[in-house]
Order: sequence, then structure tokens, then C-alpha cells
Amino acid sequence: MATLMEPFIDILTNDGRNIVGTLRGFDQLVNIILEESHERVYSSDGVERLHLGLCIIRGDNVAVVGLLDLDLDKRIDFSTLKGEPLKPVVH
Amino acid sequence: MSRISHNGQLFFSFFKSLVGKEIIVELKSDLCIKGTLHSVDQYLNIKLKDISVVDSEKFPHMISVQNCFIRGSVVRYVQLPSAEVDIQLLQDSARVEARELKKK
Repeated sequence: MATLMEPFIDILTNDGRNIVGTLRGFDQLVNIILEESHERVYSSDGVERLHLGLCIIRGDNVAVVGLLDLDLDKRIDFSTLKGEPLKPVVH
Repeated sequence: MSRISHNGQLFFSFFKSLVGKEIIVELKSDLCIKGTLHSVDQYLNIKLKDISVVDSEKFPHMISVQNCFIRGSVVRYVQLPSAEVDIQLLQDSARVEARELKKK
């Protein structure tokens, strides 16, 4: 049951990456610890998943943190999904 | 929105008065996210509910996300519902705050 309660998080970073994983910790600067994470690489050819595992993302580099709806996410067919890569943040 | 407190955090107070309203946040990466303003903090970090990406055909990255947190430092614009904003009051408050900051 405990694993069901863990927040599954979708992060957009300043360099345009999309990282998905289980939130293990965060602080005031929005530094984030993710476990069992993977990167989703979007392109016009489809979506590729890259395994990352445990990672810490420095808050400076975080643009958006989204709470992933697991039911919704399971229903998405990533093999046919296409999208453009996000542009990096320009300050 | 009747009165805005000005203790050096005018826009923080201003955004707090817009909680519950639908806004569009444009990020410095050109991504536009539409959603209901849930909360805002002193850094102008924004929490949105029931979000959708404006050009979701092009950017399907957030389709399985409904609630999100946006770091204040990556926000370029916030599009507001014009009916909810008293521009005259906001301008007056901005002047008062600028005057008070000058005094210090």
C-alpha cells in the first residue's frame, strides 16, 4: 500500500528535458531527489525512454514539477505519441 | 480585490487575490500552461490545478499531469482574466510601494 501513496512526479528542466520518477525529497530551493527515474525524449519519431535511476536535480535547473496521474499515464500509448522537443529556458 | 497591502510584496499580494481564477503562464521556454491558480508564494512560484498545455499537439509532455508547480524564475508572462484586475488600484499601489521603497 505504501508504494501506492508515493508521488510520481514529472519534471521539466531548464534545458528542455522531461524526467519522470518517484519523489524522494525536496527542499526550499526546489532541489529534487528522484528514485527509479527515467527521461522521456520527445521527437518527431516518437518517445524514447532513457533509464536514469536515482538522481538529484538542482533547483536552479527545475522549471516545472507536475504530479503525474498514474492511471492517465498508463493509458497513453507512448509508441505512437509524437512531440517536439521542448526549447531550453532563456533568461 | 478591495485593498492591496504594500509591504514590499505588492505582486505577491496581487497574485494571492487571483487564487481560484484561470490563468495562462508562459514560461521562458515558450511553453504556455493554462490552469486554475491554486497558490503562489513569496518567490512567485505558482501552483496550478487542472492544467493543459496550450499547444498540446506540439508539446504532449504534460498530458498525464493535472496539478503542477512552476518555479517563479522560469515564468516570462502570466496572462490574467482582465475582469478580475483593477488596473487603477494596481497602478496606485505600485506607485505607493515605489515611494515607500525610495524613503528607506
